[in-house]
Amino acid sequence: MSDALGIVHVFPSLMGTYGDGGNVAVLANRARRRGIAVTTTTIGPDDRIPRQGDLYVVGGGEDHGQIAAARRIREQGSLNHAADAGATVFAVCAGLQVLGVDFEVEGGAIEPGACILDLTTRRREPRAVGEVLADPLPRLGLPPLTGYENHGGGSLLGPGAEPLAQVRAGIGNGSGGAHGDGTEGVLAGRVLGTYLHGPVLARNPELADLLLTWATGHDLQPLDAPFVAELRAERAAYVASGKLSPPAA
Amino acid sequence: MSPAAKQQTGQPATRLTWRSRLAIAAGQLAAAASRALGRGRGYVVGGQIMVRISPNIIAELARGKRTALISATNGKSTTTRFVAEALRTLGPVAHNSTGANMAPGVATALASNRTAKSAALEVDEAHLPAVLQATKADAVVLMNLSRDQLDRGAEVTRLAKRWRAMLEAADWDPVVVANADDPLVAWACQPARNVRWVGAGQWWRDDAVLCPACGHTLERDQTTWHCPACGLTRPQPTWQAERHAIVPPDGSRVPVQLRLPGRANVSNATMAAAAVDLWGIPPQVAVAAFAQVEDVDGRYIEAGVDGQRVRLLLGKNPASWTELIDIAGQDGHRLVVAINARGADGRDPSWLWDVPFERLAGQQVWAAGERRFDLAVRLDTAGLNVIGVAEDPLEAATRGASGGIVDVVANYTAFQAARARVTG
Repeated sequence: MSDALGIVHVFPSLMGTYGDGGNVAVLANRARRRGIAVTTTTIGPDDRIPRQGDLYVVGGGEDHGQIAAARRIREQGSLNHAADAGATVFAVCAGLQVLGVDFEVEGGAIEPGACILDLTTRRREPRAVGEVLADPLPRLGLPPLTGYENHGGGSLLGPGAEPLAQVRAGIGNGSGGAHGDGTEGVLAGRVLGTYLHGPVLARNPELADLLLTWATGHDLQPLDAPFVAELRAERAAYVASGKLSPPAA
Repeated sequence: MSPAAKQQTGQPATRLTWRSRLAIAAGQLAAAASRALGRGRGYVVGGQIMVRISPNIIAELARGKRTALISATNGKSTTTRFVAEALRTLGPVAHNSTGANMAPGVATALASNRTAKSAALEVDEAHLPAVLQATKADAVVLMNLSRDQLDRGAEVTRLAKRWRAMLEAADWDPVVVANADDPLVAWACQPARNVRWVGAGQWWRDDAVLCPACGHTLERDQTTWHCPACGLTRPQPTWQAERHAIVPPDGSRVPVQLRLPGRANVSNATMAAAAVDLWGIPPQVAVAAFAQVEDVDGRYIEAGVDGQRVRLLLGKNPASWTELIDIAGQDGHRLVVAINARGADGRDPSWLWDVPFERLAGQQVWAAGERRFDLAVRLDTAGLNVIGVAEDPLEAATRGASGGIVDVVANYTAFQAARARVTG
């Protein structure tokens, strides 16, 4: 691949229900504003995922799109190859589940995943819906993660993966009972997954910059993020007010 | 109602049980109390009481009426208004014109116009099966399904499945007026015995990538779609929407000149014309009735606010915004966007990132509403020039008032609040 940073949006038409395109837009925007050339490649449902991307983004979605995406990723093998070779992979919600060992879909069937992440997902009741605030692993040097979750899966991490963060409000990974086990997201090398769906990188530009640092291989200049401080403050105040959305019935 | 009008409308179509008569009296009392207390227009609270006292009231009130139900993710209020305006050329119509589109709103609309022989009722997508079964409607108009309020867990394909089961279970033969261009709608309508297919168009396609029947990727070109795996194919429409015309089954072209902007409203008009044709209303007559509509419960309304001309537009999900992008802020209009995330809006504004705001890059815009900061980040990333942020969209619209028109595009509750103030 050329000098440009290659961002690959994996099957957004199969998995992109929750504004996931926003994460690609934020990554490309923050790279370009620093003078980094970017190519974004959108992988259509019948396209092959390239092996030589720098930063792969896998979004969330409904069951049938998730099953279709998992089958394609497994059969093609190129995302596993890229991850093994050190590419950065960012997976959100159903994307996190798809990269695991397996996941349960509505009706109880267990679908095999891509086995890029050491985690398994089973359905959980009630669905985890609402605002999330979580403290990331201290060594990442990130401020608290803020976002919104909406998922019916509980993911249990194996020894080959560690939680990205500990929840302060919300459910997160959601295995181990109604309130989850207190963990949120997953980290294994440069593969990072989170249940904070949709445009989580818009609310957490430092997380976007961490991914860009991994993908470009060098440190980045500081960059402002217009309106994000106000947005984070407003969401933090909402969480502090205790008016979190009740779990859906 | 004037005495003359009362005389004209005559007797109610059917007699009600004592329970339903009591329910209506109680509901109307509650609605009046709600209005007197300034809590709103009372259509929902009154209807809730009616339905609670007499659970069968919708079926009783609908008996003897010829009823059209209209449902979709987008365009149902406008299409219902079109249907109601056309049916009004025949006589009084029961119509839930304020968008109260669940069972209580339907009950209120039917109860407040007992003598009408026809009803045009907008129905929420998820509540349609129950309302269809209760009303045993003559016509059901199904237009489109796309992502909306995902925090409620109403996944789009699940809604299509519910519609399909509803039509399978219908033990009479309603005429289904269906958009052939939406694969989810077309699949849902397959079990219906009596379908009028309309080529009404579909511009937001991201929720219909996979075949609803088998999950394979659909193949599409400009006008048609089909599934190469199971063979599900776009039905051949007998009614067609064109950019400025309706083409009915006889192949004639009926020009459409609406006061409402945009191609989506021509689609809505085509669906409505195909529906009221069942009442024997010719498309030329229907189109003349549609042309009278200036606003739909505040949508598209233009009014003065503190000396500033303001036009209100409802933009509540990616598909509706995909239509508005070609309208909002064009023709030199200034632009204010307002987003809330209350229950009725969906509590998750992630969908803002599915709206192709990049097409408005360079445009000056104010970000407003309770979620104005989410919106400001989105608009800034898309390359718009966010020149101000204010919670109140009308304050944003009138700040630095100048000549010309300000388009205020708001989602549901932000729109309702702005409409209430603009229309007094």
